[in-house]
Amino acid sequence: MYDLLIAPFTEFGFLRRALVGCLALALSAPPLGVFLMLRRMSLTADVLGHGMLPGVALGFVLFGLWVPGLALGGLLAGLLVAVGAGALARATGGREDASLAALYLAALAAGVALVSWRGSAADLSQLLFGSVLGVDDAALLLMAGGATLTLAFLAFAWRPLVLECFDPAFAQAVGARGGFWHLALLGLAVLNLVAAFQAVGTLMAVGLMMLPAIAARHWSREVGGIVAVAVGLAWVAAVGGLLASYHLDLPSGPAIVLAAAALWALSVLLGPVDGLLGRWRPGHHVEG
Amino acid sequence: MISVRNLTVTHGRRPAVHHVSFSLAPGSLTAVVGPNGAGKSTLLRALAGLHPPSEGRIEGLNAGDVALLPQQAQMDRGFPLSCRDAVAFGLWRESGGFRAVRDLRRVEAALEAVGLQGFARRPVGTLSAGQFQRVLFARLLLQDAPVILLDEPFNALDARTSADLLAVMRRWHGEGRTILAVLHDLDLVRREFPDTLLLARDAIAFGPTEQALSAENRLRARMMAEAWAEDAGTCQRAA
Repeated sequence: MYDLLIAPFTEFGFLRRALVGCLALALSAPPLGVFLMLRRMSLTADVLGHGMLPGVALGFVLFGLWVPGLALGGLLAGLLVAVGAGALARATGGREDASLAALYLAALAAGVALVSWRGSAADLSQLLFGSVLGVDDAALLLMAGGATLTLAFLAFAWRPLVLECFDPAFAQAVGARGGFWHLALLGLAVLNLVAAFQAVGTLMAVGLMMLPAIAARHWSREVGGIVAVAVGLAWVAAVGGLLASYHLDLPSGPAIVLAAAALWALSVLLGPVDGLLGRWRPGHHVEG
Repeated sequence: MISVRNLTVTHGRRPAVHHVSFSLAPGSLTAVVGPNGAGKSTLLRALAGLHPPSEGRIEGLNAGDVALLPQQAQMDRGFPLSCRDAVAFGLWRESGGFRAVRDLRRVEAALEAVGLQGFARRPVGTLSAGQFQRVLFARLLLQDAPVILLDEPFNALDARTSADLLAVMRRWHGEGRTILAVLHDLDLVRREFPDTLLLARDAIAFGPTEQALSAENRLRARMMAEAWAEDAGTCQRAA
């Protein structure tokens, strides 16, 4: 048991660093995911994750695998996609989901093309799917800093965010400036995705944000409860994923996301809120 | 006195509310009646400051003075929020948005006033349409606004719920608040509302309910062209 669960972390420094970074992100990314899900923007997070790839790739072409360069590129590209998709949809009278789909396909293709142009297949694989070896001091600082900033923001802006999700017209009428908070939420989502990509890769970073959030929906009927459960699930997924990555020699990104996906499947099946098992159980009900 | 002067509100270039003028005395109780697409909701949203007018003015109304009951269709009813938290948002202007509401007794009292005692911890997603409307009324109670705008407040409610909520509205009227309500039930309008604005993009009539809802006026409202004239030129009416 010790060999299975604890030894990898005591033996290998790089695995400890990845664990600390992932736990920090598992604390901050899922709450953002919950708010995105509640705004019916689960897929937008995916698009933000893909959208940052060309920026990361450009950073790679210019600076190589140097974290600050990669992160800056990813941050700028992600923000551009986050703001650009909405603006483009409004300006052209199209639908936002259509603009998002177009942008993310273009971004993914451009990113892969850029990395392939200057880098090896191993570089591409690391940028797309992450590598625990990629978590150096700079990456760890970025993860911890991003998490800290996100938690401070959530503590401060919790009620405006809930109100903006629940009843945007009311938020506007009482001067809650919901649009501003929403934009800040998107900005922090990009920051978290950028911070996460060292460990789990650009394609997989969204997994740690959205899967625990979507799974947690099945365990609570209140925003606070959903967020708490989402963080708990994300921690389990981070630890389990890193261990699986070590023992089974998998890339860390897919391993963590698969662990989160397994927890999601369990939640869909067993969760007390709209879980499948509850639906199949013959109808016991309390007294009317 | 709230006075609306020559108000035009557009969606794109199409007017939803077209050169409308009327005024509301403090403490008045006025119904807004008209066919679908007549601009009733748009008018309320403009008064609440949610939709800027493209022409004309609204005078004597501060943003902080207005509370709006939106149509339920515009809200996310499955949202994971307890009744207490949903209602507590009514104290937003008072307590500021960033602190938790300390005085939960007022929230409980508002729930009780709309007949929802014991619902504080119930998620709003589990409520019936009528119960959800009661929650929105409780939120309005806490907003404590001198001007209250109600968009189809009694639609699709059973007799008991509408009677209860009507009593809440009468109480607001008794307290001297100014009320403007969009309604489709003309019998209810005749029974409860001294004044009526008959709207069909243009204001067809405004005044005492019986006169505003005369057979002739209602016919004129019904004639409102629902289709857009594709060759319509720019409106030349003087501002």
